[in-house]
Amino acid sequence: MIKSQAASWFHIYEMFKFKSFHMYGMIFSAIALGLIMVKLIKHFNIKSFYGAKIIFRTKDESFSRYMYGGIIFGLGWALTGTCPGPMFTLLGAGYFSILIVLIFSILGTFLYGIFRDKLPH
Amino acid sequence: MSWIYEPWPWYIAGPVIALIMVLLLLMEKNFGMSSNLRTMCAACGAGKKVAFFNFDWKAQRWNLLVVAGSIIGGFIASNYMTDNLVGTMNPETIEDLRILGFEGVENQYLPAELFALDVFSNPKGLFLLAVGGLLVGFGARYAGGCTSGHAISGLSELQLPSLIAVIGFFVGGLIMIYFLFPLIF
Repeated sequence: MIKSQAASWFHIYEMFKFKSFHMYGMIFSAIALGLIMVKLIKHFNIKSFYGAKIIFRTKDESFSRYMYGGIIFGLGWALTGTCPGPMFTLLGAGYFSILIVLIFSILGTFLYGIFRDKLPH
Repeated sequence: MSWIYEPWPWYIAGPVIALIMVLLLLMEKNFGMSSNLRTMCAACGAGKKVAFFNFDWKAQRWNLLVVAGSIIGGFIASNYMTDNLVGTMNPETIEDLRILGFEGVENQYLPAELFALDVFSNPKGLFLLAVGGLLVGFGARYAGGCTSGHAISGLSELQLPSLIAVIGFFVGGLIMIYFLFPLIF
């Protein structure tokens, strides 16, 4: 993540301003390859390393939680220039101020747990 | 082999991410980083207060290893695999950012205005980082995933909920960048 600039705030900003293909290239090529490999797994019934069938669980179909949750996440993603993955890599790279973001992300998760029943899903 | 020490192009990085997702699938796991935030809450005892965190978090310990790996990876990549950490950016973006007040964009990986260590004594910076973190943590759990779980894994599996989530991510991001940044910065 560090090497690909996915953890760089500036590149996330650039992505949302549509001024660079780089981030989109990364995401789309990851999805393209992922799609192909998932299809291969399903078609050839490729087993896991432990010899069992690989199960793909369908996510619950709904709308509100994905859209509202998505928007809230997106706001934070653009503001901090990170999502959970890069937060950890930045920590490893020595950007200790990311700890603030990380701690509050955990808090945000906790807050969700508390208010969950009151939110549309 | 010197290309390793430069920023990696998207056509290397993207496939590498996909390979990680597939590796995890082959180990009967899923690639999803935000679940770790929930696990961390549970590990701190949140399960005793809130039902959502009352689950067998120890079964998720493998995912915490992915986190450990990410931290180590970040350390190795920035200290041993890099001559030049900063990638190139579109000049128009650099100008946009300068208007907002961000200087030195070409030389930094993260904006010093937000992330330099002196932010610990800068209330506005701290506030923004905190609010940003809250939004990410809350939003990711509400949506049931972040970019790794939905954009990468979910879309690779052609899951409609993930598409809705990703659209949401972008709507949120665009609102922040286009409407809120000019107000904030």
